[in-house]
Amino acid sequence: MTKYLVPVLCVVAAVCFLASLHLVFTVAPLEFSYTADGRLNGSSLFFGQKIFYWHVANAFWLFGAVFAAGISSIVFLVTRNARWDDIASGSVDVAILFGAMVLATGSVWAKVAWDTWWNWEPRLTMSLLLWLVLVGYALVRKFAGPSADRIAAGMAIFGMVGVPFIYVMVGEDSHPKAGSEGVVATLGAGMRGAFWLSVLAFLLWFIALTITRVQSTRAEREVRELRERGLDLGVLK
Amino acid sequence: MSLLRQAGRIAWKDLRIELRSKEILATMVFFATLLVLIFSFTFPHQNVVREAVPGMLWVTIAFTGTIALGRAFDRERENDTMRALLLSPVPRLAVFLGKAAAMSVLVLAVALVAIPLLALWLNAPLFEHIGKLVLVVTLGAVGISTVGSVFAATLLKVRSRDVLLPVILYPLLVPLFVAGTETTAALVAKIPDLDRATYWTSFLGIYDAVFLVLSLWIFESLVIE
Repeated sequence: MTKYLVPVLCVVAAVCFLASLHLVFTVAPLEFSYTADGRLNGSSLFFGQKIFYWHVANAFWLFGAVFAAGISSIVFLVTRNARWDDIASGSVDVAILFGAMVLATGSVWAKVAWDTWWNWEPRLTMSLLLWLVLVGYALVRKFAGPSADRIAAGMAIFGMVGVPFIYVMVGEDSHPKAGSEGVVATLGAGMRGAFWLSVLAFLLWFIALTITRVQSTRAEREVRELRERGLDLGVLK
Repeated sequence: MSLLRQAGRIAWKDLRIELRSKEILATMVFFATLLVLIFSFTFPHQNVVREAVPGMLWVTIAFTGTIALGRAFDRERENDTMRALLLSPVPRLAVFLGKAAAMSVLVLAVALVAIPLLALWLNAPLFEHIGKLVLVVTLGAVGISTVGSVFAATLLKVRSRDVLLPVILYPLLVPLFVAGTETTAALVAKIPDLDRATYWTSFLGIYDAVFLVLSLWIFESLVIE
């Protein structure tokens, strides 16, 4: 079963992605609105809004990965079972990729909507900060030697607990709102299908990548442990 | 002996070492002075001081704080006294609390030297609400020392600890620096905005409380020797 899981996930994700491409570019309407007196709203984005379908989908799973890493780090510290550390490490690696996508697509959005590539807009800042925590985590894993797993686990937990503080800190902003009155909840009929299909495609893609990454991290660790055991027993030199 | 008294003993031990050698205090105060001097060259216009001085103050605290943390824990590494400290018949919590308390005092002491220097050399209006400013700087020093002590202790045996400590700390401490800078900015503004200062000070207080609890829990799991 697990042998086919990743390829199947990849195929389904690819199909969903292609279908969402079709929906995004041919079915979903262009984004524009009218003001109360019937003129075209100045904040209409038209074609530029299309990046939203990937930006938000990536952002969803960036946050998902941060919490996956934080929670599995807690379990790792409590149980000392290195398998949980593999999960944390694997999801952070994938989250760095997704975070880079969020920042890049967010920049494109900022250029279209606010005519600047980067404006320290709060939600953008928040994503950048989270992403920096994750990159710091990866650096620790690489350079902190034998105790890297513990230090990195601590960092993931602190990073996860810091998320609400960053959220409050960035406060009110010009970013499209999230939540019940947000853009996602008030999407037009033609846009909603395209959006959720895109979210699903990236979720499956995210899961496939994370499984692969976690498996390779675990394999690396097991090889390392075997080698150490071999050295201890004098089988290896 | 209660936990707090044990923590107090450990903190006092650290502070007494520091008072005798004055190594960290002397070098950090000098370093802070140099930083303020560099700021005065890089921001030569008097008319931007009100806007720039909160940032200068918190950059000084961030830089001196991380270097002091690294050095203070290096001391425990040199004679492998950290192991002795962890083996001693006191709870790990007391070790952590003592370390963090001593570090808070050191970071705060350096910050309290930086404030008058910034006020004197850059003519910054830092003394208008000095009570509130000292409160927020104290909270900042406590926050840096709490999170910093956890990671400085775990990095003790790591070769690249000097570079890794800021790599770990700064992303995690950004909310603290933002809250500190916002409070300071509200206090030194032409028309001081005390409501905003109170809001960010309490934000910092909650941040400190949450991370202190988290550090207390995590220290035992992270520092195993």
